[in-house]
Amino acid sequence: MRLSMPSKMPGLPVLVLVLLLVPIILNDEFYLDIATQMALIAATVVGLNLLVGYAGQVSLGHAAFFAMGAYGSAILTGTYGWTPVPALLCAALLVATLAWLVGRPILRLKGHYLSMATLGLGIIIAIVINNEGWLTGGPDGIPVQPLSLMGFELSIFDEYHLFGLVISGTHAWYALAGVLLVLAVWIAQNLIDSPIGRALRAVHGSEVAARTVGVDTSHYKLLIFVISAVYASVMGSFFAHYTGFITPQLATFEHSIELITMVVLGGMGSTYGVIIGAVLLLLLPQLLTDFHEYEMMMFGLILMLTMIFMPKGLLPTLSALVKRHWPAGVRSSGPEG
Amino acid sequence: MFAEFLQYLFAGVTTGAIYALVALGFTLVYNASHVINFAQGEFIMIGGMATLAFMAMGLPMPLAIAMAILLAAVLGALLHRLAIATARQADVVTLIIITIGAAIFLRGIAQVIWGKEYHALPSFSERASIEVMGAVMYTQSLWVLGIATVLVLVLALFFKRTLLGKAILATCMNKQAARLMGVRIQFVVMLAFTLAAILGAVAGAVAAPITLTSYDIGIMLGLKGFVAAAIGGLGSGVGAVVGGLLLGIAEAMTAGYISSDYKDAVAFLLILVILLFMPRGLFGSRVAERV
Repeated sequence: MRLSMPSKMPGLPVLVLVLLLVPIILNDEFYLDIATQMALIAATVVGLNLLVGYAGQVSLGHAAFFAMGAYGSAILTGTYGWTPVPALLCAALLVATLAWLVGRPILRLKGHYLSMATLGLGIIIAIVINNEGWLTGGPDGIPVQPLSLMGFELSIFDEYHLFGLVISGTHAWYALAGVLLVLAVWIAQNLIDSPIGRALRAVHGSEVAARTVGVDTSHYKLLIFVISAVYASVMGSFFAHYTGFITPQLATFEHSIELITMVVLGGMGSTYGVIIGAVLLLLLPQLLTDFHEYEMMMFGLILMLTMIFMPKGLLPTLSALVKRHWPAGVRSSGPEG
Repeated sequence: MFAEFLQYLFAGVTTGAIYALVALGFTLVYNASHVINFAQGEFIMIGGMATLAFMAMGLPMPLAIAMAILLAAVLGALLHRLAIATARQADVVTLIIITIGAAIFLRGIAQVIWGKEYHALPSFSERASIEVMGAVMYTQSLWVLGIATVLVLVLALFFKRTLLGKAILATCMNKQAARLMGVRIQFVVMLAFTLAAILGAVAGAVAAPITLTSYDIGIMLGLKGFVAAAIGGLGSGVGAVVGGLLLGIAEAMTAGYISSDYKDAVAFLLILVILLFMPRGLFGSRVAERV
C-alpha cells in the first residue's frame, strides 16, 4: 500500500535531478541560500518522518534535538577549540543518549505519551539554552566557526577552485547540503526496506498483531526515535556551521511544530512528500514577505485548510488523484490495450 | 519566613486555579473526541484581549467580559464545526495539527487586530490588596479563586444532574453505545469545544489584571494547562483541578525559593517525571488505551 510504495518509485534520481537543476535555474546567491537551508531542514524532516510515518509516534520536541546539535557544534568548536567533525559526532552522541534515556521508559507505553514527553523535554532544553548564557550566549545567540575538515575550510565567503572551475562558497555549501539530503533519503529508504522498516510498518498497522508474531515493538520504536533524533542533531550541526550564527529560536516549541507540520503537510510516511512539505513551508514566509503582518494568520489558515481537505498530506493525496484518473491499465500498456 | 511562604502560596494557588480551568477545557475536549486541542490557550488570550477591546468601545467591564466569553464560545463552536467536524475521518494526529493551525490562525488575527503590545485589565475590585498574616493577597486573586470554584461546581452539577451533561459523559465512555442510545455525537463534541472555549475565556478574563495579556500569551498558558491536565491524568476532571493547583503551587515555590529563571521549566519537568513514574497521571485510571 502507501507505506511500501516509495521504495519502488524512481524518487532518488528525480531528487538528484531537481537538486542539480536548482542552481542552473536559480543562479542567484539569495535563492541558493534559501535552497541550502531548505535541504538541511528537509533532511531533518526525512528523519522525523521515520518516527511519525513508520513508528506512528509524534515528537513535539525535535527542534530541541536540532538545536542541541547546533549548539553542541558551536560550543565545542568555538569555546573548546575542537574541530567540527568530532564536535558534530559528540553532539549527536549526546542527543542519541538523551533520546534513548527518555524514549526507553516512555515507548513501553501505548498511546501519545512520547509526544507529551518530547514536548516537555524540548521546552526544558529551550529554557536551558536561553538561561545558561555563560555557555550558550543566552537569548542573543552565539557565533559558529565555519565548517572545516583536515585544514580545508568551507565558508560561504570564500571561493574554491576545482578542475579549473571557480565555485563560490554559496555554491559549495549548496552542493554539500544537496549531498546530505540525498544521503539522508538514501539511508531512510534503506531503513524502511530493512527488517527494521518491515517490523515498524507492522507496528504501525497493528501493534497487537506485530507483537503476536514476535516483533519487539517497543525496541524498534526506541531505535527509530533515536535515529530520528540523531538526524535532527547532525543537520542542526551543519545548519549552525552554515549560518555562522545561531539563536535559541532554533529550539522553540514553535520550531518543533513547524517540523512536524512539514511531515503532516507533505504526507506522513512518504519520504518525498515530506521533502515537498519542508520546501513549501519554508517558501511560505518568502512568498508572504509583502504581507508580513498577515504572515502568522496566513500560515495558520493554510495549515488548517490543507489538513482539513488533504488529511493524508499533499503527495499521497495527489498521487491517489493521479491513480484515479489514470488507472494502471492506461499507464502501462497491458494485454487489454 | 512564614509570611513569605504564604505569599508564594497565594500566588501559586491563584495561577493554579487558572491552569485548572484551562486543564478542564483540555479534559472536556479530550474525553469527547480524543483530540488534544492546542487552540485551547488562544481562548485564554481572547478572554483577556476581547474584554479589553470591548471596554475600549465603551462597554462597562462586566458586559465586556460577557461579550468576550460569548465571542470565545462562538469561535469554539466554529472551530469544531468548520475544522474538526469537516475532517473527522482524519487521524487523531491530523486533527491535532488542525487545532495547532487554528491556534496559529487565531493568534495571527489577534496580532493584526490588537497589535503586539502587552495590556493590563483593571482589577475587578476598587481595593487592590488585603493583608493576611503578614502576606499581601491581591483581591483579584480572590476573584480568580471564587470564579474558578463556582465554575468547577457548576460543571460538576452539569455532568451529574443534566441530560446534556450525561450525554457528554456517555460519549466519553463509549461512543458507539451513546450513539445507539440516541446521543448526537457531533453535537456533543461541539458542545465540549464550546464549553472548553468558555472555560478558557473566563480564565483569560479573570487572570488578565494579574498576568497582563497580549496576543501571544496563549502558547505558554495553553501548554501549561495541558501539562496540568496530563499530571491529573488526561481525561479526569478532578485530576485537571488537582493538577492545575499542584502545578501553580510548584511554580510559585520554584520561583520564590530556587530560581525565577527556571519557573517556566517546572511544568515541563513535572510532565517528564509523571510520565516516567506514573504515566496514567494522578487520577487517570480511565484512560486505558483501547487496542
